[in-house]
Amino acid sequence: MLNERFIRVLHVDLETEKIRIERREDLVPYLGGVGIASKLLLENLNPDLDPTAPEQPIVFAIGSGAYIFPVLSKTVAMFVSPLTGEMGESYAGGRLAMAMLMAGYDALVISGKAKKHSYLTVSTEDVNIRDARSLWGLPLNEASLKVRDRENSDGVSGKRSILCIGPAGENGVAYACVAVDTYRHFGRMGLGACMGNKNLKAIMVHGNRSIPILNQKQYFKAYQDIYKKCTATDMMAKYHDAGTPINILPLNKAGGLPTRNLQSGTFEHADNISGEAFAQKNLVRKLACSGCPVGCIHVGMYRREFDKGHEYEAISVAYDYELIFALGTFLGVKDTDEILAIIDEVEESGLDAMSAGVCLGWATEALARGYVTTKDTLVDLQFGDAAGYIQAVKHLAKRRNAFYQTLGKGCRVAAERYGGEDFAMQIAGNEMAGYHTGYGSVVGPAVGARHSHLCNGGYSLDQSMKEFDEDALVEGLFKEECERCMTNSLVMCLFARKIYDRETILMALNSIGWELNDADLTAIGKRIYQTKLQLKQALGFEQKDVKLPKRFFETPSTNGVLEEETAYRLIRKYVEKTDALMQETL
Amino acid sequence: MAKILRPKEMNKCLGCFACMTVCSTVNQSNHALSKSAIKVRTIGGMTSSYVAIVCLGCSEPACMEVCPSSALKKRAGGGVLVNEETCIGCRKCVPVCIARAINFDEERKKPIICKHCGVCARFCPHDCLQMIEAKEGMLDAE
Repeated sequence: MLNERFIRVLHVDLETEKIRIERREDLVPYLGGVGIASKLLLENLNPDLDPTAPEQPIVFAIGSGAYIFPVLSKTVAMFVSPLTGEMGESYAGGRLAMAMLMAGYDALVISGKAKKHSYLTVSTEDVNIRDARSLWGLPLNEASLKVRDRENSDGVSGKRSILCIGPAGENGVAYACVAVDTYRHFGRMGLGACMGNKNLKAIMVHGNRSIPILNQKQYFKAYQDIYKKCTATDMMAKYHDAGTPINILPLNKAGGLPTRNLQSGTFEHADNISGEAFAQKNLVRKLACSGCPVGCIHVGMYRREFDKGHEYEAISVAYDYELIFALGTFLGVKDTDEILAIIDEVEESGLDAMSAGVCLGWATEALARGYVTTKDTLVDLQFGDAAGYIQAVKHLAKRRNAFYQTLGKGCRVAAERYGGEDFAMQIAGNEMAGYHTGYGSVVGPAVGARHSHLCNGGYSLDQSMKEFDEDALVEGLFKEECERCMTNSLVMCLFARKIYDRETILMALNSIGWELNDADLTAIGKRIYQTKLQLKQALGFEQKDVKLPKRFFETPSTNGVLEEETAYRLIRKYVEKTDALMQETL
Repeated sequence: MAKILRPKEMNKCLGCFACMTVCSTVNQSNHALSKSAIKVRTIGGMTSSYVAIVCLGCSEPACMEVCPSSALKKRAGGGVLVNEETCIGCRKCVPVCIARAINFDEERKKPIICKHCGVCARFCPHDCLQMIEAKEGMLDAE
């Protein structure tokens, strides 16, 4: 806890409606964020029960230095993933980190199942489990709005954070997301379903406690240094300017932009849906997470005709690179308005955009190849047909029939049931990200603790390594995984990883009373990685069981056609590293 | 010439809250947003616009007029300065502010009123907040 040498944890048991507050000195060596969340998940999980059991806990944690330093603006959620069946980890921005800090909790552990549909409110002076029966079934944004209006009191507006699930989460879609403050999400790995399983529609966090600054001079100097790096240098410029979609064109040129279910690494209509095209045609606003002066949230607007006779409405949704990939190129959709329309539907349904897009990509190809029929898909899914995909998203969130029931468990499960595993583009059960850049983009998520491209940035190594070298790639992935365990204990936005070099991290943390050195940071990273590996072990994960779809080795990547055998050899080499780490005493 | 704070271009606001962070830090030595003299908020959820609620720098400050102990004194350029020695914490200044810009510090039992120091404007990444030259009667002119 800021200014203290302990971690303050709020436990909420939805079943007994009791809370418990813990003061945990023993968690201090894990610093905060993903470190304390991993430990708390390990302590509270039920390895013998199904991942979807409501008894499985959900943990939220903020990092050390959260909100009070620029761009330390995210919150981590850890849970048992309904999608992969093992360690679930997801990050979101918005106001949540700020609100948790102001409320006075480093971590929030939610266990049990509420007796009826409920939402939870957490503030400095109170915790409540409230009736949400009439909110169940509502689209995501309407439900958030109702919570916001009901909890309206003087002085809280703009300072609270609201988390909400949509119909997908209520219906247990394994990749349902949780929206945070409208525009940000715990997108990946199915936290939305975990909340749904607990009868929990929403969470509101607000705080107004006083937090005296211990060493104002030192703290404010560190704050200013970091603030200046964020605003007066070009280090963060691209994230604010056109934002992450600026990557569409370079990735397309490099042949690493997954298109039409990765049948190709290039999209012939990339110019139409580039970051530049979105900025020109649709961008209407930029926003920031609390505590971040960058402002990378890009809100796009499009005009929807809802009736004949010139009846229009303006729809605005946030967009990013990964959404344009998953719901655009991966589905062959070539118009910015159409992509925004699909994003909007995914948003209201409360699905993870990436998994939803990749699952629909598989479904489209499975239909074309005769593995499934339109009796299953209910819609004649075709690459490029946005209207069909919008219908399919609705079916998916509502789990309309047996096919959508199965597709709602991820494309790995769907392909096991219907066939087409070679082109079900998942890695260890998690649908792929928007990079087909080389071995890093395949092996990185395969060995990464949560099977995300962001575990170790393999796709980035593919692009920065001058010459491919197996051992260098394995070493690079391992080093980066350890490093991100450490940086995620501050829960910094990954965009700021260049701002927060180790020297800057130490300057920031030591200005608020930590006494850490470089070796401590290394140990913290390794300690956290060990805990994550323990979690994976407890949940029965076996690296050798990971089977990669053949498509990865057929469609040329940025670095040419990849060999299957090489990928598996890289994985085996990586396992030697984690085995050695587990032997280390820290 | 004395300057005064104006949230001139809130249409550009990102909602980063840097202004509130630095105001609480510099003026109250506290991390709490609730201690900031400037309040940035939405007018109804993240999809709506941001507004800044902060002292308008009235030429005839109602807060000063209502203060029973004359703890609020006129500031050159507009607004008031609080003398915490003589402020008794009666809160009468809070409801009379038409901009609802006076915040009461429940911990210290003193009002938090913007003194137009300009630190928020210095840390506004999008130049929404600006310090401008004060002119007599400018509030009415605007």
